[in-house]
Amino acid sequence: MTDLTAGAQAKTSRSEAIAFILMVVCLAIAPAFIYPVFLMKALCFALFACAFNLLIGFVGLLSFGHALYFGWASYLTAYSAKAWGLPPELAILTGVATAAVFGLIAGALAIRRQGIYFAMITLALAQMMFLVAVRAPFTGGEDGIQAVPRGRLFGLIDLSNQTNMYITVVVIFLAGFLLIYRVINSPFGEVLKAIRENEARAISLGYKTERYKLVAFVLSATIAGLAGGTKAIVLQIASLTDVNWPMSGEVVLMALVGGLGTVFGPVAGAFVIIAMQNYLAQVGQWVTVIQGVVFVACVLLFRRGIVGEIAHLLRIKL
Amino acid sequence: MKRLMSLAAFSAMLMCGTAQAQQVTVKIGVMSDMSSLYADIGGPGSTAAAKLAIADFTKANPNVKVDLLSADHQNKADVGSSVVNQWFDVEKVDLVIDVPNSGVAFAVSEIARSKNKTFIVSGAAASDLTGGKCNANTVHWTYDTWMLANGTGKALVKTGGDTWFFLTADYAFGHALDRDTSAAVEANGGKVVGRVRHPLNTNDFSSFLLQAQASKAKIIGLANAGGDTINSIKAGAEFGIVKGGQKFAGLLVFASDVNALGLNTAQGLTLTESWYWDLNDTNRAWTKRWQAERAAAGKFPTMVQAGVYAGVTHYLKAVVAEKSAADGKAVVERMKSIPTDDPLFGKGTIRADGRKVHDVFLLEVKKPAESKYPGDFYHLRATIPAAEAFRPLKDGNCPLAKS
Amino acid sequence: MFELCIPEFLGGRCIPSMALFSQLLIGLINGSFYALLSLGLAVIFGMLNIINFSHGAQYMMGAFVAYLLLQHLGLNYWMALIFAPIIVGAIGVAMERLFLQWLYKLDHLYGLLLTFGVALIIEGMFRNQFGSSGLPYQMPEALTGGQNLGFMFLPNYRAWVIVASLTVCLGTWFIIERTKLGSYLRAATENPALVSAFGVNVPRMITLTYGFGVALAAFAGVMAAPIYNVSPQMGAELIIVVFAVVVIGGMGSIMGAIVTGFGLGVIEGLTKVFLPEWSNTVIFIIMAIVLLVRPAGLFGRRT
Repeated sequence: MTDLTAGAQAKTSRSEAIAFILMVVCLAIAPAFIYPVFLMKALCFALFACAFNLLIGFVGLLSFGHALYFGWASYLTAYSAKAWGLPPELAILTGVATAAVFGLIAGALAIRRQGIYFAMITLALAQMMFLVAVRAPFTGGEDGIQAVPRGRLFGLIDLSNQTNMYITVVVIFLAGFLLIYRVINSPFGEVLKAIRENEARAISLGYKTERYKLVAFVLSATIAGLAGGTKAIVLQIASLTDVNWPMSGEVVLMALVGGLGTVFGPVAGAFVIIAMQNYLAQVGQWVTVIQGVVFVACVLLFRRGIVGEIAHLLRIKL
Repeated sequence: MKRLMSLAAFSAMLMCGTAQAQQVTVKIGVMSDMSSLYADIGGPGSTAAAKLAIADFTKANPNVKVDLLSADHQNKADVGSSVVNQWFDVEKVDLVIDVPNSGVAFAVSEIARSKNKTFIVSGAAASDLTGGKCNANTVHWTYDTWMLANGTGKALVKTGGDTWFFLTADYAFGHALDRDTSAAVEANGGKVVGRVRHPLNTNDFSSFLLQAQASKAKIIGLANAGGDTINSIKAGAEFGIVKGGQKFAGLLVFASDVNALGLNTAQGLTLTESWYWDLNDTNRAWTKRWQAERAAAGKFPTMVQAGVYAGVTHYLKAVVAEKSAADGKAVVERMKSIPTDDPLFGKGTIRADGRKVHDVFLLEVKKPAESKYPGDFYHLRATIPAAEAFRPLKDGNCPLAKS
Repeated sequence: MFELCIPEFLGGRCIPSMALFSQLLIGLINGSFYALLSLGLAVIFGMLNIINFSHGAQYMMGAFVAYLLLQHLGLNYWMALIFAPIIVGAIGVAMERLFLQWLYKLDHLYGLLLTFGVALIIEGMFRNQFGSSGLPYQMPEALTGGQNLGFMFLPNYRAWVIVASLTVCLGTWFIIERTKLGSYLRAATENPALVSAFGVNVPRMITLTYGFGVALAAFAGVMAAPIYNVSPQMGAELIIVVFAVVVIGGMGSIMGAIVTGFGLGVIEGLTKVFLPEWSNTVIFIIMAIVLLVRPAGLFGRRT
């Protein structure tokens, strides 16, 4: 029995390793075929979706307000890079720290309720901070913060060079991705999964589940902030779009399309949704409707998502 | 040998000749909000206007070939900037036009500068586009916040509306409208007796209107836009604001907003626009063509859409004079040096800071009984001459204006 | 006549007491919409255990159906008040049969996601069809004008909004808490198997409950049409505020939803006078405080 599980474990981690290598190879050759700005943007969203997925997929918490961390980190990064002239690494760090603090406050409030209430509370808190962002003078209201300098990474690497920027984004993405992977496969992650399956049981086993949930929440918010900050540097803009509720909905959609609770799903989902947005921009008008249809179709027919379905078909873990 | 030479010379001459007679190729991208908040103001109607402009121009200049693209920026600065980046880098677009969202407009303006392309703003309102954040690749065509605030503020004070109360949307844009209008009101001898700052996207304005009513100001200035303006005026009609002798001044109101209110509710509202479809025969004729192109008989073009038509027309003239669209800065320079003249906005100029100047109109919404046909919205109350209509060049802090 | 002021550090605004009464009344009107919407959410949640994210879109549909009935069939406001909720409720029933019924065995979060998707579809389609700037809807002739109450001018329509929504809210409460039908409903939430053993068709009851909750949203939409801008996005942000209202009240009781809705309307109204800039954030701030003090909500049971 023990041997069997051990064998299965070895096998699953092999499939994940292969998928990971495939992903890295794809990222290495993609710029030759695909417009790099698009790739970088999609990677930022992929990291964002992974951060979100950490909560829904491995703790069972649906946050409907993740735009809060993504958007505010993006504002703080943009502002500190532009107004204070911080180098990109420190600017992103400022954004990440902001997201972590907001995550701690919002998380502490939201984990007091479960399930649907949790979703509504996170949404309401995010909406509140959206309204603050609309008013706050430093965000520039509807104009946003524009022409954010990319600057020199560590004072050495010129990020206005597209290749340098791309490599930086890929490194940040992979670091975030591996961090999340490490967390969900750690003993800490095992407790999170136990909470997802049956919180009452986890409590009775003596775990302080609230504390675990809060740590997971803060971690997720922080990585979402990393994604948001990076995006501000890549696209050189921070705007209200990133903090508004449709953004929270979009990240849910990305994770759902890719496959909730899979490691690679959110990445696939983010690429699909961003590509859709990009190419539908030429079609106009129907963007919202199509997103809605994808939502409904996923919930009714493909609850496993793209990667989840593939994993299910091949009987592997992804 | 000699013969061969002359043959070569001849064929070279021939090639030159044909090149001169034909082929200036231009690629234009209409970027607008096709699906949400500003879709009625710009949107598919702007694409239709651009098509008309291209059709008219290429009829007169068959040697110019124009490709037209359009895209929906979804009011997201990042979607807008990635599409525009791709347009410039991959699709080789020369001109981007419209962009009715100032957040997106600033982003596009910056990209156009860095890639030396041309950008004509028609839809966005921010006067900073030709102020502190101006650049040599951007032209702002139709209107801006300063023009709206100044036009309405000044004209109303002069006709006796000398005490004002502001309902101001509490964000940068609302503050700017409030600030510019207050300045115009006070400069002309009027007085601001109070203001209330309301959150963006408020549903119920009755509370704020009671405060405005209590202030006894003659004019209630609406330094807000879209749904907020509509909700303010709706609540105003209900609470008998206009019947009580107070008047609304819309600082950013479009014909589509008046349509949403209905004349019964909107009557008496005063506003400023730079183009109105029912102003003269040329506009009316163009409106008919636009409706056919847009396949929407009941819709009426806005000033933003008219601005797209005029902007494309003038741009193409400059490109022909320049013989190429490649150098955005040079084309814009040329656009500034030749005077503008188009059927919709008449004769005008583009200033050094990129601001297009033309006459603007103070309009008042008709009573339902006075409106004789669909789209018959306004009385023309005054024409503000181009020289007074826009912010003076020296006040804008645009670096281009100083040289 | 005396004046009321708030502390200096909050801005120190003052208003005469008479004006305060009028602001309270206005707050109550505003609260009518919160009450109607949160009541609908609570009814649906009680029976289906689903948070209906498309509630805002259905509220918007109510207003648009009223407009369409007037434009195309010549049915006036009063007829719309009856038919729009029926039509939109029927659409809700169809939605429950087509989509929602497949999700009851799954995590409740899927219901939230599904209704969110439906909301996007509905809003997008209405925007494509009717544009985004909104449509005019005239106030019914009988309700124009207003009464001078001495301390304020109260438009007749606003008085009607309070009366109508109170009637509908209390009527709903009465049906659910005090009638036999209501007792079946409540029993079915606790123990569906037992109730169906008594010969009650539980699935049909669930369907109709959803339809009823949706109809309440549409009713609120018709009420809003003459005074608020009738546009495709009119429900999108409102629903988030109503979610906060629901979190504050807790969805345990029907009466709780009604009382919280009206109460928060009044508080928001007062904020509009004293701290207008904060009037759209105040409900969220209250939500945060309530979560700290009473995590289950004011009227909720600890889940």
